[in-house]
Amino acid sequence: MKRLVFFLPLAIAAIIGGFAIWGLSGDRDPSRIPSVLISQPVPAFDLPPVAGIDTPGLSQADLKGAGEIVLVNAFASWCGPCRAEHPILTRMAEGQGIKVVGLNYKDKPADAAAWLDELGNPYVRIGSDETGRAGIEWGLSGVPETFIVGADGTILYREAGPVVGDGLKRLQRALDAAKSAE
Amino acid sequence: MIPELGQFALALALLTAVAQGVVPILGAARGNVVWMRSAQTTSVLQAVLLIFAFGALMRSYMISDFTVLNVVQNSHSLKPMIYKIAGTWGNHEGSLLLWVLILALFGAGVALFGANIPLALRARTLSVQAWISIGFLSFMIFTSNPFERIFPAPPDGRDLNPLLQDIGLAIHPPLLYVGYVGFSIVFSFAVAALIEGRVDPAWARWVRPWTLAAWVSLTGGIALGSWWAYYELGWGGWWFWDPVENVSFMPWLLGTALLHSAIVTEKRDTFKSWTILLAILTFSLSLLGTFIVRSGLLTSVHAFAVDPERGLYILGLLGISIGGSLALYAWRAPALEGGGLFAPVSREAGLLINNLLLATATATVLFGTLYPLFLEAVTGEKISVGPPFFNASFIPITLPLIIAMAVGPFLSWKRADLPGVLSRLKWVFALVVLASLVIWYVQTGGPVLAVLSMGIALWLLLATVQEWGRRIKPFAPGAMRRLRTQPRSSHGMTVAHIGLAILMMGAIGSSAWKQEAVVFAEPGTEVRLAGFHLTFEGVERVRGPNYLAQVGTLTVREDNDGQIGEFVTTLQPERRVYPIAGSSTTESAIRQTLAGDLYVSMTEPAAAGASGKWTVRVLYEPLVNFLWIGSVMLVIGGLLSLSDRRLRVGAPKRARVPLAATPAE
Repeated sequence: MKRLVFFLPLAIAAIIGGFAIWGLSGDRDPSRIPSVLISQPVPAFDLPPVAGIDTPGLSQADLKGAGEIVLVNAFASWCGPCRAEHPILTRMAEGQGIKVVGLNYKDKPADAAAWLDELGNPYVRIGSDETGRAGIEWGLSGVPETFIVGADGTILYREAGPVVGDGLKRLQRALDAAKSAE
Repeated sequence: MIPELGQFALALALLTAVAQGVVPILGAARGNVVWMRSAQTTSVLQAVLLIFAFGALMRSYMISDFTVLNVVQNSHSLKPMIYKIAGTWGNHEGSLLLWVLILALFGAGVALFGANIPLALRARTLSVQAWISIGFLSFMIFTSNPFERIFPAPPDGRDLNPLLQDIGLAIHPPLLYVGYVGFSIVFSFAVAALIEGRVDPAWARWVRPWTLAAWVSLTGGIALGSWWAYYELGWGGWWFWDPVENVSFMPWLLGTALLHSAIVTEKRDTFKSWTILLAILTFSLSLLGTFIVRSGLLTSVHAFAVDPERGLYILGLLGISIGGSLALYAWRAPALEGGGLFAPVSREAGLLINNLLLATATATVLFGTLYPLFLEAVTGEKISVGPPFFNASFIPITLPLIIAMAVGPFLSWKRADLPGVLSRLKWVFALVVLASLVIWYVQTGGPVLAVLSMGIALWLLLATVQEWGRRIKPFAPGAMRRLRTQPRSSHGMTVAHIGLAILMMGAIGSSAWKQEAVVFAEPGTEVRLAGFHLTFEGVERVRGPNYLAQVGTLTVREDNDGQIGEFVTTLQPERRVYPIAGSSTTESAIRQTLAGDLYVSMTEPAAAGASGKWTVRVLYEPLVNFLWIGSVMLVIGGLLSLSDRRLRVGAPKRARVPLAATPAE
């Protein structure tokens, strides 16, 4: 029995090794975060507008009966990458006429208002999710995240991280596919 | 021609390693002295060949030989010479070559300076060392040839990642590697001892200098990396619990445990199988680090170019070396036990607690680092484990360790008088309580844990000083003589323990009482923070050797409760763009004082609509320089201990060392 104790380190190393073999196999990309919400209907949530600005709030109903493709962008004033993607979202909203709505995640309304004041407001609707409750429903792993929601209110795509560079390319591709599918 | 010679030297080194891996160990088994002695020749030859190969690659970098693929991918003709040289190890292939070079250098070191080690043990150790060489040399030759040519040769290179073009980072990898790979020789000693079936105090003494040398380098390497992150990344942090940081930290923790448990094996002939296990695991964790950095198993900001095929090869190597050594351990270690008995309160028990806590801390970090992988494999869910986990799990383990660490050196071997020791520490304790209350009063609103930790750091500092004073009696006659005659290793312990206390203060101060402001600045913007008043004056364009920089200027004045006071300094953070590499870096500007750093960094104008505005981060990090001072003291402590006469002047007899009158370690 006492001898078995000496096998313990070997056993632990073997277990770690087994996981490592699994980790290297196939085309696993550890930096990609999947979403369980793809091809699911928009989750139930109802958010008030951000205090201090005119943009109305956001709820499940706004996305279900939209009748067009909508980009749902989770952002926060404290988030650096959100700042980087902001001009791109603005261009999409103004240049390409895509409907963009915002989910203001765990942010103080005053900060969010000041942020939008400084950078401009491309959002048609913004829900203020101060507690992060709606963020949980959406399965956010952080901000920014951008979802493509189809005309019938089904989530078609999620991009975790800012929509710049490769992220923008992926989103644009998914957006084109969604448009042509309609 | 020279690159081909380099490649040829690599192949020869592999052949030499094969000879070194086979002949000496057979000689040791058969008692053939000539075969055993061959290890000395082959290990030196192997080192010389690898020095040549490394030199050949470095030459290609220095003359910007763009017919070599590796140079094309990682260098540029306009780069300053020092970064051309550093480029040699700033990539997967080159760093691997450095890895095997250091491996061979440690082997050669044992061959040249290990005259006091018995021939058979030395032969076996060097053979084991050669097995590791064979693994990594073949890996390099078959999957990652650094001398691969490219045709036609491009006119210029693609440049080293500009973040890495920094003096701190130029020397960080070599130091880290000396640490990582240095533990290989300890591993080889342990495996050789298992093969011999014999571990005794003499063995522990032979291993100690190599452990110390590796530990000192690893400490320096980690500290440099942390320092680089602090001033180069522009986040103002110095430790992020990133997987790659963790994999360098784990061998350090376990290596620290090994240093201490080897003392027990040396002085008291016990903890044998534990010391052997630590020696194996410390190097195993170094190997794991090499694997994680190069395989893309986990996401990290550090990783080299990711290639699962290379990952599988290294994993195979790991399986053989770690699995093999641990299997050997399971087979042979049960026969090793025995040795000195000790009471529950004694120096041995103190070091046992040290070892248990350090091993637990290592296990915690290991678990946190690999947990995302475990979870993804079992449930498919992807998560990342960040600072909250490590802070919540690591700190509660280290605080008792630090508390015990203050008491440990007071304890005597075999049986100690804990009430006596504690009563000697009562004034230290009173002082610590008083100081903690003062800190608490001054830092209203700060976290209570920070005050408590600060008190514990102070406890370690004062108790260590008192322990030193007890031995040296600096105010009694003959203090100088006592200072000289005390073994250097005991001075080393004092310096290193005080260093750790100081490092801890830096860590607490800069994380718990950090102040931060982020502003969108245009010329004239003012910031007030931590008693400073900063004015953003504007931005200038400057051209560097291979980059373009925008240099901001901030005037710093004193801020006395709203009253703008005296001029303090001017800070000039930079934002550099490296057009060839197509990336940019942040060069922070720091006003360093012992009390704390005023740290300024800036990034691009935030958005197209906000032109002329820069995002400026101003941080005040109290006591942050204590981190670097503490780290330097750890290194000095290790070096002092390494220079101990006992380690230089050998103990050639493999006999029991006299236990009486051994001074405190």
